[in-house]
Amino acid sequence: MTRFLMAKPLRLSAPQAYPTTDKPAFRPDKLSPAYAGQHKGNSLLKYISLADRKDKLFRRVLWMGGLTILCLVLGILLTLIVGAIPSLQAFGIRFLWGKVWNPVNQVFGALPFLVGTLLTSFLALLISIPFSLSIAIFLGEYFPPVKGRNRFAHLVREAVELIAGIPSVIYGFWGLFVLVPVIRKLEMSWHVLPYGVGIFTASLILAIMIIPYAASLGREIIALVPQDLKEAAYSLGATRWEMIRHVVLPYARSGIFAGLLLSLGRALGETMAVTMVIGNTSEIPQSIFSPGNTLASVIANEFTEAASRLYLSALIELGLVLFVVTTCMHLIGKTIIHRFSA
Amino acid sequence: MERPVLEVRHFHAWFGNHEVVRDVNLSLQRHKVIAIMGPSGCGKTTFLRCINRMHELAPDARTQGEILLEGENIYQMSPIMLRLRVGMVFQRPNPFPHLTIYENVLAGYLLNNIALSRTEKDAIVEDSLRKAALWNEVKDNLRKKGSFLSGGQQQRLCIARAIAMKPDILLLDEPTSALDPISTAGIEELTQELKKNYTLILVTHNMQQAARVSDDTAFFYMGELVEFAPTRQMFTAPKDQRTQNYITGRFS
Repeated sequence: MTRFLMAKPLRLSAPQAYPTTDKPAFRPDKLSPAYAGQHKGNSLLKYISLADRKDKLFRRVLWMGGLTILCLVLGILLTLIVGAIPSLQAFGIRFLWGKVWNPVNQVFGALPFLVGTLLTSFLALLISIPFSLSIAIFLGEYFPPVKGRNRFAHLVREAVELIAGIPSVIYGFWGLFVLVPVIRKLEMSWHVLPYGVGIFTASLILAIMIIPYAASLGREIIALVPQDLKEAAYSLGATRWEMIRHVVLPYARSGIFAGLLLSLGRALGETMAVTMVIGNTSEIPQSIFSPGNTLASVIANEFTEAASRLYLSALIELGLVLFVVTTCMHLIGKTIIHRFSA
Repeated sequence: MERPVLEVRHFHAWFGNHEVVRDVNLSLQRHKVIAIMGPSGCGKTTFLRCINRMHELAPDARTQGEILLEGENIYQMSPIMLRLRVGMVFQRPNPFPHLTIYENVLAGYLLNNIALSRTEKDAIVEDSLRKAALWNEVKDNLRKKGSFLSGGQQQRLCIARAIAMKPDILLLDEPTSALDPISTAGIEELTQELKKNYTLILVTHNMQQAARVSDDTAFFYMGELVEFAPTRQMFTAPKDQRTQNYITGRFS
């Protein structure tokens, strides 16, 4: 009886501590017949055994969610590999550094697009860093959007979130009709070939698109820096900037870096907006102002016209390369974050 | 009588419309430990934070009256200069977790971008840690992070960090409330050493602590300074009825 009384509040107040692997769950139905018999018809007992079953069901649902994600990732990877087999057989590993992409002669190499992807993404990241970092500091430390106060800060935060919500095709349109003419004029005054479209334009668009990711995460991390430490810095005669520079940023650096990583991931895979402004030539870009292509944009651009089996397979292999590049960046970033926080 | 290190004249402090400290007059002598005691919410911590203008971190804080540090009105100084001269130790130990012990002691110089030579740095670190009675325990681990120290050691590290700036006054805001009894005894002992070089103002909610360590005691109640007297006199023959009630435990 005491066991029965003790077990009930334990389950109801702390469900996460209840069924553990080394300690069998309390099962009223598995008790000795004499004991169970005593309580036959006890509604509380019925309630408990029902709750126990619900708990198990819940656990099964969670397991299924986890398994689904794993299956999806493996399935996508497998589909890409299978689809890329003809191309893999034809070009082997040389596909990665093949400089020529010529659908007419059926020669395919990924290098121009690999270069284009990495160049646009890192350039975009570089351009976005000052903006996302200053937004993060502004909203996280300098002028936090406290409930019922700081209207302007609220407005800025909403705007940042809005930027993340705009569909990428709209960025593409805006880039094509606003940014491209501006860049063209700039290029003329800098005496480079005035394409307007190209790596640089794509990077600018990407930079704007990825700001919210680093800014939001950075803001949250910066807002988490303990007040204790900030006060300690102030009490030692630090100005606000000195406090931010020497306390907030070092404390939040792994989180800020994680935000940048998120941004980079987004930039690597962004397709629509980039396709619209990058110029779509399958050559290795000679400068940041030349037109080019990224792994994602060439797939989007050419898969409808991929007439031969090898052509389609090569495009799928580009997808595989993009998948691997993204994963690598993610792993490298994780390692660096781990170093930071150690 | 020598000039007081800190003089407070008709000092009031508000948060919004709430008057937290009202009409405080005080005059503190050098090289003493002054305890400020009183029940929770009596304004003692706010008053302490007004002395190095930390209360200004709250957006709706407001003050009236004068606090003179060596005859200079602190509200006409830059808060930066003031805080370099008035150090502070907080309720919970708060060493910087991303800095080593060595860097933590020098944090004030780092934060203010004051360049020091290697020998100066070594001298300041050793001197401050010795004064904070921590040197012998950490001298072999100076390059390790400060967060692996015990609570009492961390608090002494924070004291070392404050005295590394060679302040006139050291403010201690309930420095032992997060510590175990042995660490508390260590910090209390340390106050007796530190008063040779500095003037200490110690906020405490613990009467016994005030009686043990301080030379003078100020009793705050409802934002008012009820009584300020030598500690012995305060605890044996309090003048005010409210002090009497507090000391005898009628309220706390």
